[in-house]
Amino acid sequence: MNAIDNKWIGTRTIRPDGVDKVTGRAGYAADNVMPGMVWGKVLRSPHAHAVIRSINTAKAEALPGVKAVVTAADIVNFPLDKSVMLGIQDMRWMCRNVMAREKALFHGQPVAAVAATTAEIAAEACKLIEVDYEVLPHVIEIDDAIAPNAPILHDFIKYEGKPSNIAGTMVNKVGDIEAGFAQADLVIERNYDTRPVHQGYIEPHACTVSCTADGKVTIWSSSQGQFMVRAMTSLLTGISQSNIRAIPAEIGGGFGAKTIIYLEPVAVMLSKKSGRPVKMVMSRDEVFRATGPAPGMKATVKIGMKKDGTIVAAHGVYYLQAGGLPGSPLRGPVGCSFAPYNIANVLSEGFDVVSNRPKVAAYRAPGAPLGAFAVETVIDELCEKLGLDPLEVRIKNHARPGDKAVYGATFGSITFVETTDAMLKHPHYKAPLDKAPAPHIRRGRGVASGFWYNAGGESSAQVNITEDGNVTVTTGHPDVGGSRASTANVTAELLGIDHSRISVLIGDTASIGFSNLTGGSRVTFASAMVVTQSTEKVIGQLKERAARIWKIDPEAVDWENGEARPAGANAGKFPALTLKELAAKANEMGGPIGAGIQLNTVGADPGFATHIVDVEVDTQLGIVRVIRYTACQDAGRSLHPSYVEGQIQGGVVQGIGWALSEEFLYDKTGKMDNASFLDYRMPVCSDLPMIEAVALEIPNPKHPQGVRGVGEAGILPGLAAIANAVHDAVGKRFFSLPLSPPKVLAVLDS
Amino acid sequence: MTDIRYLAPQTLDEAVGAFAAAQGAARILAGGTDLLVQMRNGMAKPGTIIDIKKIAELTTIARTADGGFRVGAAVSGAVLAEHESFGTVWPGVLEAVNLIGSTQVQGRASPGGNLCHGSPAADSVPAMVAAGAVLTIQGPNGRRELPVEAFPAGPGRTKLAPGEILVSFTLPARPKGSGDAYLRMIPRTEMDIAVVGLAVNLTMANGVVTAARVGLGAVAPTVLLVEAAAKALIGSKLEDAALETAAAACRAACNPINDKRGTIEYRTKVAGVLLKRVAAIAAERAGRA
Repeated sequence: MNAIDNKWIGTRTIRPDGVDKVTGRAGYAADNVMPGMVWGKVLRSPHAHAVIRSINTAKAEALPGVKAVVTAADIVNFPLDKSVMLGIQDMRWMCRNVMAREKALFHGQPVAAVAATTAEIAAEACKLIEVDYEVLPHVIEIDDAIAPNAPILHDFIKYEGKPSNIAGTMVNKVGDIEAGFAQADLVIERNYDTRPVHQGYIEPHACTVSCTADGKVTIWSSSQGQFMVRAMTSLLTGISQSNIRAIPAEIGGGFGAKTIIYLEPVAVMLSKKSGRPVKMVMSRDEVFRATGPAPGMKATVKIGMKKDGTIVAAHGVYYLQAGGLPGSPLRGPVGCSFAPYNIANVLSEGFDVVSNRPKVAAYRAPGAPLGAFAVETVIDELCEKLGLDPLEVRIKNHARPGDKAVYGATFGSITFVETTDAMLKHPHYKAPLDKAPAPHIRRGRGVASGFWYNAGGESSAQVNITEDGNVTVTTGHPDVGGSRASTANVTAELLGIDHSRISVLIGDTASIGFSNLTGGSRVTFASAMVVTQSTEKVIGQLKERAARIWKIDPEAVDWENGEARPAGANAGKFPALTLKELAAKANEMGGPIGAGIQLNTVGADPGFATHIVDVEVDTQLGIVRVIRYTACQDAGRSLHPSYVEGQIQGGVVQGIGWALSEEFLYDKTGKMDNASFLDYRMPVCSDLPMIEAVALEIPNPKHPQGVRGVGEAGILPGLAAIANAVHDAVGKRFFSLPLSPPKVLAVLDS
Repeated sequence: MTDIRYLAPQTLDEAVGAFAAAQGAARILAGGTDLLVQMRNGMAKPGTIIDIKKIAELTTIARTADGGFRVGAAVSGAVLAEHESFGTVWPGVLEAVNLIGSTQVQGRASPGGNLCHGSPAADSVPAMVAAGAVLTIQGPNGRRELPVEAFPAGPGRTKLAPGEILVSFTLPARPKGSGDAYLRMIPRTEMDIAVVGLAVNLTMANGVVTAARVGLGAVAPTVLLVEAAAKALIGSKLEDAALETAAAACRAACNPINDKRGTIEYRTKVAGVLLKRVAAIAAERAGRA
């Protein structure tokens, strides 16, 4: 499969979902309409922190047109003292995140919900719900949350024996950092802070739910995993998984945040109570106020280096904002930040800090860009002060296959050195840069690297030959990054037939075997594996049918170019049988042809990225613009290069927004002050240069096509690479993100 | 859903009559790029909408007898951009009007709406102020004129009396050697609201500034005419000292707030930077005119 004469793998075939998307016909969750459907609307907390003393829904229920009202009393209560996990999500927190229980923990947290015949009546009814709040002092920032007299969000959370907003810790350790720092010629320690950022998917959360009189529930929703929707809804409503069918809609972006649910259990209970199908669609305002941002961070990173560039010791301390309920992605910064390098002495510590903000959700390599920002800027400063080339230093220290990472794994077929080496040799790295093209303009160049675990996990596929000799392939995970196009390429290659004869579908929870979330850079890796094995089984069946027709041994049949051919001693004895011919004879020769595979896939070795960026700084206005960007990752094998490039470019853009302009702003009452795309400033097209994606193709030996996950690593280096480039341009270091114009100008003028 | 009356009168008299009769329950609709957004998010709930786009005087661009322009309040940015000579005479006003919203929004958004919305950050207003535009306003008591800088009354508020409708902007004739320009500071390159907006309108003879006006936006409750900055430029050859004096005057005129879009300190600094940059562009255009 790794032959260079592939006909379909590695080509830019037309995407299966393309026509529907450009013509507006693609079925997103908000497009769904059903007979008798009513509209659900959520009442949200107007307070950042308050005890909910009581909720009176009588007036809302009496409003004509209202069909049901739900509160936390309708959602399964997971007691605070006992953890119930689904994957990485604790149902104690999820049940309170979908509907506040004892307390409102952030402005915008759901408190109740209404279903009514129109969205307007539902909104009107929400205003009639009387909630008796006891407003409590709130806390937003990490420093305030861990201060000695901070308002405590959860009395049952203890740290060092006392009630605390530190809800969890994580430590990775190897060697002895004090002994390591003693060997260093230069030690640099810096403090960092960053703001929460939102995933910014263009499609707000939406679902339609139908709960019928016999207790069967059907959910149409936008998510990164229909099986996650089923399992989590089951846990939060008490309805068995066999009675829930989750049908995945097309997804308008998720970037990790749609790996949890917000609306579905609420809609199920509204539908169950009202006997009507219920539709719920969030507004952008609700998306910003109540769905998962990535955490903000406060960190200290200290690294010791020898004059020759050897990193001898590293210490990272990361405080992450979990939001109102515990669970920030500590394994991102703690495990990933130092993982690219083979360092003898490392201590990496993480603290999960709750405060009165929305609960964080996964965002592209969760938490890891934050750690990379801190570590990769300290490395840059060490290189600068020791007069060393920053890419050469990375290559010198890079972890190699067989090295043990600080997070515990022993690396397999990693390609960190190759990736960085490709950037060292890239023309961009040595390209001339006019550093002062105008009196108030300064330009600079920066580099940085980043590490992500990647993942395998559970996936299922079913490959069926249609009666007319064409092919349908069904997998079980929503397509956010081109998995259908990649699947079609793999199947066409294996079967040796034209790509247009293959139809790739995403099954619902009743029609395909369990498949884990689309996330962790796992889906193309895992789905190609199960699709390959399923297709190979189908080819086995096809060869067996041909053998039966020819009355020869199945071992004596080859499958080539979409047809069975007699091989070995029988070569040439019979005319080849095409897929169409075999399909036409299927029933008389043993029945329908098709096969499925369900696997827990393994062998997804980590991903790694190195970026080079040129920036331009307007020193009078403090504006930083990215003028050239080159991003390198090893894709192992690009099944569909356009999607690999798209993943890399998408990660880069999100990193640019994180570095330069995106941040959650809060007013004094603990309410988000910029809950719109106008004032939450994600980059727009005109803010960006063309991003050059360099995808190396060093096949992963543990995968049939050689695939290595690419979805996440592309977001890792940007934050540090841009900060390093700004330093190169203006001679000042920045330790706080975003590099917004007022912040940059204040440093330049200081 | 509440019912909304929609009226599209053909004459200004009808429009003024209906608007006055509604006694505050009506809103004027030009492009609707502010009004419809306000209605969607619940900030505006008008009982009557009076669409003024069917009234010829509000949608035409005409030359005045003395060679100036009269621009109807509801003329869209896209129509103004397509006019055969407006953009060559008033490039600064045009570039400011064309910054209102995206390309799609430009097909509807008008300078009249931009002014009547009352935002201190409105892009077209500093340019109109620098241009010395005079407004024609019609109401139940007839017509009146008002310099554009006297129109805003505070964030979201104007000096329109009840029942009055903004009819047009009259821009004066241009002496030879005139040029204007507008720049705004926004963190992004598009899709943003001015953190500071500044317009300069200059007339020059033999390299010496003979007339100047400076409009400054987003740094005070209303868009400002900065007369002290204009005074520093008049009589100068835009030497560094004159520009610095004018920049200092702009900084001194600032009375901004700290908000999600910018800080007091930042906005004040940027006002001075923009004065110098905009003056240079206006002077370059004046040299060509």
